[in-house]
Amino acid sequence: MSRYSVFSLLRHAATGNRGWQRAWRAASPKASYDVVIIGGGGHGLATAFYLAENHGIRNVAVLEKGYIGGGNVGRNTTVIRSNYLLDGNTQFYEFSMKLWEGMSAALNFNVMFSQRGQLVTAHSADQLDTFSHRANVMRSNGIDAEILDRDAVRKLVPYLDFSDTARFPIHGAIFQGRAGTARHDAVAWGYARGASGHGVDIIEGCEVTDFVRQGDRIVGVETTRGRIGAGRVGLAVAGHTSVLAQKAGLELPIESHLLQAFVTEPVKPLVDHVVAYGADHFYLSQSDKGGLVFGGNLDGYNSYSQRGNTGVLREVCEAAIALMPNISRLRLLRHWGGIMDMTPDASPIISLTPVDGLYLNGGWCYGGFKATPASGWCFAEMLATGETPALIRGYGLGRFRSGHMIDEAGAGPFAWLQ
Amino acid sequence: MLRIDCPCCGVRDHSEFRYGGDATAERPAHDNPDLDAWYRYVYVRANPKGLHREFWQHVLGCRQWLVVERDTVTHSIHSVNFSRRQRA
Repeated sequence: MSRYSVFSLLRHAATGNRGWQRAWRAASPKASYDVVIIGGGGHGLATAFYLAENHGIRNVAVLEKGYIGGGNVGRNTTVIRSNYLLDGNTQFYEFSMKLWEGMSAALNFNVMFSQRGQLVTAHSADQLDTFSHRANVMRSNGIDAEILDRDAVRKLVPYLDFSDTARFPIHGAIFQGRAGTARHDAVAWGYARGASGHGVDIIEGCEVTDFVRQGDRIVGVETTRGRIGAGRVGLAVAGHTSVLAQKAGLELPIESHLLQAFVTEPVKPLVDHVVAYGADHFYLSQSDKGGLVFGGNLDGYNSYSQRGNTGVLREVCEAAIALMPNISRLRLLRHWGGIMDMTPDASPIISLTPVDGLYLNGGWCYGGFKATPASGWCFAEMLATGETPALIRGYGLGRFRSGHMIDEAGAGPFAWLQ
Repeated sequence: MLRIDCPCCGVRDHSEFRYGGDATAERPAHDNPDLDAWYRYVYVRANPKGLHREFWQHVLGCRQWLVVERDTVTHSIHSVNFSRRQRA
């Protein structure tokens, strides 16, 4: 794998850019691997990269049923933040943030990580109090957080509705300056290239259809490209975790739900930050191309369909206009859907399982993108050592039975309400 | 928009309804002390890719709880019944 640098750019420019190589090898499956990772999304690819980089385990395959970047890693709204309140989440997402800050250098691939800052508006004194609580927890964990009053919010984002007729007047906001966005495709490509450079086989168009057992232990997978043996199998297929877990005889506290995302036609620079609406479920940022990228609530009923309902489109646009009336005339360019693993507490599951040889990474709800590096880092450690790293002890499958849930939303055990 | 054929009110947009989740989870008897049975009822879901039996309540109509059989991939609805009849 040749390194990218200003010199390689100049060299290729001088030769008409005809010499660029594929970023990762198109591998064919071998008979067996030390570790097989099912799912070539951000999390699976990051896991493979860190298995090689941190643990020296290079006899690894990543099996992707579609193509790299075609699943949720290419469908999210690219927001990265570490403003979580509850123990377990707070530290995990901050660890992830630190990995984001060094990612482009570590991967030798520009993931266009832009720490433009994220704010969540507060619409009452009480809401601002709860945000202060959150900000205090963040700061006591060494994470940057600021509480802004109405005037400070107005100075920062004057285009929000500060008029007398605002549906929910803005009272203040919580702001994290290190939060931001990254180019989601580049994250997938960067990890794929990094892993492939370490000798990992990335096998696209290879769907896992069943598991191979020896006694009680899983020792491989059946795929559309034949049987592949595995010392350990890591499942990283959030959205379809239940479908594959069922084949392994595993029952999970997960429901699959559809989340939509939207982008408008490109406009000149307007939104410099990531803005989230505290009075409804709506968040927005502006892509480097100029489109306003935004999202909102789940469609609200179990779905594997990857296409959204117009009812939610309307609700999300209503929230958008309530917060930013100035975008009401923009045309919508596209909207699309992704399938989320929703858990009863809206927190992820990275866990050993009752099935020998099978390790689980899923339940990302709609917070998976920002967790990509930390999830891969920790899951790699779990696959390498067979034990649960300290940072993710709270994410075990047993927490629902024992009552140790990490329920940021406090919405009760209803997947579609998280 | 899903169209749910309410047995009381006829075909209506799903935005008139409230979703109630998986209708196949078995509630243990009230005095059942078995933690595992309650864990399964509250948290574990089959989450099928295909036909799913689920509760919907017609909150902006007759307010009846219904059991709808719907395909989670195509969203085609195969049956709609009053929940009280299904469970009797």
